[in-house]
Amino acid sequence: MSLLETKPLTGRVEEVGGPVFLEDYEAGGGYVAAKKAVTQMTPSEVIDEVKDSNLRGRGGAGFPTGTKWGFVPPGPSPDGGVKYLVCNGDEMEPGTFKDRWLISNNPHSLIEGMVIGAYAIGATKAYVFLRGEYFEPKSKLAKAIDEAKAAGYLGEGVFGSDFDLDFRIHSSGGRYICGEETALLNALEGKRAQPRNKPPFPPASGAWGRPTIVNNVETYCNVPSIIQNGADWFRDLGLTEDAGTKIYGVSGRVNNPGLWELPIGTTIREIIDEYAGGMQDGFRLRGLLPGGASTDFLVEEHFDLAMDYGTIQAAGSRMGTGTMILMDDSICPVDMSRNLQHFFAQESCGFCTPCREGLPWVESLLLDIEEGRGQPGDLEILDQNAQYIGAPGNTFCLHATGAIEPLQSALKYFRDDFERHIVEGRCPYRTNGNA
Amino acid sequence: MSEVELIPMLSQEEVAEIEAEISHLPDRESAAIDALMIVQKHRGWVSDESLSAIANLLGMSSAELDGVATFYNLIYRQPVGRHVISMCDSVSCYVMGADGLAKDLETKLGIRFGETTADDRFTLLPIVCLGACDKAPTMQIDEDLIENVSVEKLDEIFEKYT
Repeated sequence: MSLLETKPLTGRVEEVGGPVFLEDYEAGGGYVAAKKAVTQMTPSEVIDEVKDSNLRGRGGAGFPTGTKWGFVPPGPSPDGGVKYLVCNGDEMEPGTFKDRWLISNNPHSLIEGMVIGAYAIGATKAYVFLRGEYFEPKSKLAKAIDEAKAAGYLGEGVFGSDFDLDFRIHSSGGRYICGEETALLNALEGKRAQPRNKPPFPPASGAWGRPTIVNNVETYCNVPSIIQNGADWFRDLGLTEDAGTKIYGVSGRVNNPGLWELPIGTTIREIIDEYAGGMQDGFRLRGLLPGGASTDFLVEEHFDLAMDYGTIQAAGSRMGTGTMILMDDSICPVDMSRNLQHFFAQESCGFCTPCREGLPWVESLLLDIEEGRGQPGDLEILDQNAQYIGAPGNTFCLHATGAIEPLQSALKYFRDDFERHIVEGRCPYRTNGNA
Repeated sequence: MSEVELIPMLSQEEVAEIEAEISHLPDRESAAIDALMIVQKHRGWVSDESLSAIANLLGMSSAELDGVATFYNLIYRQPVGRHVISMCDSVSCYVMGADGLAKDLETKLGIRFGETTADDRFTLLPIVCLGACDKAPTMQIDEDLIENVSVEKLDEIFEKYT
């Protein structure tokens, strides 16, 4: 198989040797799929193909993409109102760096995937909700949008059909909670990014109260090749029950940190040893967060597991964004937990009490323990907080639930470290007063 | 002050850019974040006077707009220096030694996070994961992403920001 058939997301970038703009993109078969969808397929045929492909959301939750699209009422709205298609490009999950790369290097694959998605659900307005800090990706994407408009692939009469698509970028004002899809929609509407009550879900009532689909960057980038090569081809790419490829990433003390597009279901150990070049000399891997800051720690016993949705979930964590953060043996698990909870406490939108009040409490307890002020009973308080803050249903959205995932697993796998801090009244990882 | 007095606080260019955003949105208030970012781009930050003028232009209360402005990390409601250094304090950079680097940065600039140097050259702020975790530690100065930052490289990095 060609590079484009084994690496649909990154193969063309590898062939071109850098960012792919319209001429190179089309020379590699770009926009053939979108043209086929818009001019030869019905919207329901497109949705069925995506359903059959078993493509699942690459932003972290793993919801089946075709199923989500199918929730949008088909055809023109009875009141004549618009539908929206939105790309969640608000990549802000700590340790995640795949969407920045995709937008910067393969912007047309995102645009093409969104053209197909918009056609499938009947959306006439599309937004890429982009991190405000992503200046370089924004300029690359803006250039690609201009090229696509000039070529007649966006705007009025896409591919000469009667399908119109207004396509814009919204630069975020910056807040992690914007990654939550209903918070994202409030931000798109110019409001504070507080999550909305659900139901209604966005496919029924989303942006400005209209039917709306929100998908991650990598999710959309998968769509053109599914339409072009078919659902069977896509399903066969995966090594396990999940379909397609996945962009995996590794950060931390490895020899070759980076991103690689691999068949979904590649094992953790293979990703770290074969692709990331193994641990740097003098560092031993103790644990890792498999898919961003809001996923539970995995440890040695899990490293031979396949990185797919079901396997990692069965191990008590989540594949999340597929970009792993490695904790080596020089890192104090208590202090790393403090760093993580600082992030979640800061980024809570403040709407729900358990999240607004609980996360800062957790952070301050962790700081006390790290700095030698821990008291007997502190770990039990952390356990209780993990239980009550993290339980889904106690808060409006899953921010607090995600925050607790790395904490509850750190308390489980690295409990000795926590206890030693309290017993010794100091951090055993700090020597000569330094971390 | 009345609307008539307040709106002229914005330049014609700012008003034109804000109106261009409004033109593709269902209502004027939906342009709130875009409008704040536009004014900040021209003035470096959003003052109380600017905020009131934007609120008038959008047909919303200043209090409501301030609720939006203060929610977002990238909207500055205080003056900043000529250049803003945003240093990542999230977990991948932490694992690669960002906490130590943050202290070095404070020492080097003689300010704490949240402060501006006396010569108005730099404001130092923490920022959430910049999405370049394979090249940690990272920082952003104005619109430039800077990767694999180390204390030894700081002088060279700062050179172009006068």
